[in-house]
Amino acid sequence: MNIYAIRSIYRFEMSRTFRTLLQSIVSPVISTSLYFVVFGAAIGSHMNGIDGVSYGAFIVPGLIMLSLLTQSISNASFGIYFPKFVGTIYEILSAPVSAFEIVAGYVGAAATKSVALGLIILVTARLFVAFHIEHPLWMLAFLVLTAVTFSLFGFIIGIWADNFEKLQLVPLLIVTPLTFLGGSFYSIHMLSPFWQKVTLFNPVVYLISGFRWSFYGVSDVSMTISLGMTLVFLLICLAVVWWIFRSGYRLKA
Amino acid sequence: MPAAPAPEGVAEVLVVVGAATYHRRSVRKRTAFPMLEGVRVQPIISIRQLSKTYASGFQALKPIDLTINRGEIFALLGPNGAGKTTLISIICGIVNPSSGSVLADGHDVVREYRAAREKIGLVPQELTTDAFETVWNTVSFSRGLFGKSANPAHVEKVLRDLALWNKKDNKIITLSGGMKRRVMIAKALSHEPRILFLDEPTAGVDVDLRRDMWVMVRALRATGVTVILTTHYIDEAEEMADRIGVINKGELILVEGKTALMEKLGRRQLTLQLQAPLVRIPEAMSGYPLELSADGLQLVYTYDAQGESTGIDVLLRRLAEAGIDFKDLKTSQSSLEDIFVSLVRERA
Repeated sequence: MNIYAIRSIYRFEMSRTFRTLLQSIVSPVISTSLYFVVFGAAIGSHMNGIDGVSYGAFIVPGLIMLSLLTQSISNASFGIYFPKFVGTIYEILSAPVSAFEIVAGYVGAAATKSVALGLIILVTARLFVAFHIEHPLWMLAFLVLTAVTFSLFGFIIGIWADNFEKLQLVPLLIVTPLTFLGGSFYSIHMLSPFWQKVTLFNPVVYLISGFRWSFYGVSDVSMTISLGMTLVFLLICLAVVWWIFRSGYRLKA
Repeated sequence: MPAAPAPEGVAEVLVVVGAATYHRRSVRKRTAFPMLEGVRVQPIISIRQLSKTYASGFQALKPIDLTINRGEIFALLGPNGAGKTTLISIICGIVNPSSGSVLADGHDVVREYRAAREKIGLVPQELTTDAFETVWNTVSFSRGLFGKSANPAHVEKVLRDLALWNKKDNKIITLSGGMKRRVMIAKALSHEPRILFLDEPTAGVDVDLRRDMWVMVRALRATGVTVILTTHYIDEAEEMADRIGVINKGELILVEGKTALMEKLGRRQLTLQLQAPLVRIPEAMSGYPLELSADGLQLVYTYDAQGESTGIDVLLRRLAEAGIDFKDLKTSQSSLEDIFVSLVRERA
C-alpha cells in the first residue's frame, strides 16, 4: 500500500479547499442558512409540525443532506476532472499507485470536506431552529456513508465529464431536483398514494428518511431499508469505479 | 550468465555480457559511451514486440524491440506523429499497450507496475502544472505520490540544482515558461528515479536554458541515471546522446551509437577553393564524385571516410597535373540532421 501517495493526494485536495474557503465552505453554509431563516424561522413558525416535529426542525436533516449530496459530488468530480483538464493526470497515471489508492485520496478528501460542511451547517442551523438528535452515532454514520457514496458518484462524474458543462449537469439537473422531491421539505406521507409510490423510486428519499430518523426517530421508510439502499448505491458506485480503472475508461488510451 | 545488478547510484561498469543489443538486427554492439569505451553495460529497459493500435484503428507503434542501457543517454528522434510519445507513454503507464512487454529495471511495467514506476521519472512534452500550487508544494506532492517519505533536504537540493530555490514559495502560475519547464523536471526528479524520460525537454525554451538543461542531463547521467529523451532538435541529440534511435511511422528504423552512426552514414566532403574559376570539370576528372559550384570557384569532393582509401591524395595529384590550383581547402562531415532527414525520406 502506497500510504504516502494517498496522503499526498488527500493533502493536495484539502489544501485546494483551504485556498478556496469562501467557495468551498462559506458559500454553501450561507445559502443553506438562508433556507433555515426563510423556511425554518420565518415561514416555519406559522406552519404545523410534521410527525410531531416542528417544521423548522423537520427540514434540518433534508437541507443538510441537500448540501452534503451536492458538495460531495462537486468536490470529488472537480478533484479528478481538473487534472484531466489541465493535463496533470499524467503524473497520477505514471505513479506507482493502485486504483484503490487514487480513489482513497480523492474520495477521502471530498468526503472529509462534505462531512465537515455538514457538521458546520448542523451547528449553524441550531442558531435559527431548535432541534435535537436522538441517535447521534447513527446520524454520524449516515453523514459519513452518504458523503463517501456521493463522493464516489462525483468521482465517476469527474472521469466521465469531458467539459465543464457536463461536470455541472448531474448535480444541477438530477441530484438537486431529486433532493427537493425526495422529502427535504415534506413527508412523503403528505403526497397522494400514487405519488408516494412514484417517490419511492427516488433514491434520495431513502437517504433523507434515514438521516431524519437519526434526528427524531421518525421516518418515511424504515431505517433498515434506508441504510440498505445507501449501501446498495455505494456498491454500485464501487463497481463502476472498479470498471473504470480496469478498462482505463477516459483515463488511458 | 546475466550480470548482477549494480548498487543504485553507481554507474555500472560491468566487464561482461549485457551488451547494447538492437534485437531487430540481432546484432550485439558495443556501447558508444566515450566514458565506458571498451566495457559493456547492463540493460535497464527491455522492450519486446511492443505495439499500439488505438481504438480508431490507427497503428501508432508497429512491433518494436529495443534495449536501453543503464546509465546511457538515449535520444529518440522522429518526425511529428512518429510514435515517440506513445512509446514513452506506454513505458510510463499512461497508455495501455496493444501487445508486447516492457521491463524497467527488470520489472514488467504492467504486472509489476509499482516496482517499475518507482524507478521512472517523466517530464512530458506539454507544460502541464498545478497553476495555483507553490513550487515547493507541487514538488513535494510528486515525491509523496511516488511512495517516498518527505525529504525536505532532497527537495531543496533538486530545487537548487534547477535554479528554482528562490522561487520555491511562488505559485507556478507566476513563473515563466522556462521556469515551469524546470518545475516539471524537479517534479520528475523528486522521487530520485533511476530512469528519466524527457519528452521534448527543450521545446520552446531559450538557448541559455537549453544549455543549462544539457548540463543538468549530463550531471544526472554522471550519477548513474539513465536518460531517454525525445527531441526535434537534432543538435541536441548530437550534443548529448550516447545512442540514437530513429522512429518513423511507428517503426523503429535504426538504433545506433551516435559516433558509429555518424561514421557509418555521415558523408565527408572536401571543398577546394580554386585560384581561378572553372567553366566545367575537366574530362580527366570525370571519374571522381566532384561538384562544381555555380561560380566555378569551389570544387566539392564527396568521399567515404571509412573506406580503405579516401582518394584525396590521388585527386590532388590529378588536379595538379591538370593545372588546377587551389588556394584553400576544408573537410566537413554531414550532421546528424542530414542523416536523420535522409533516413526518414528513405522510408517515406
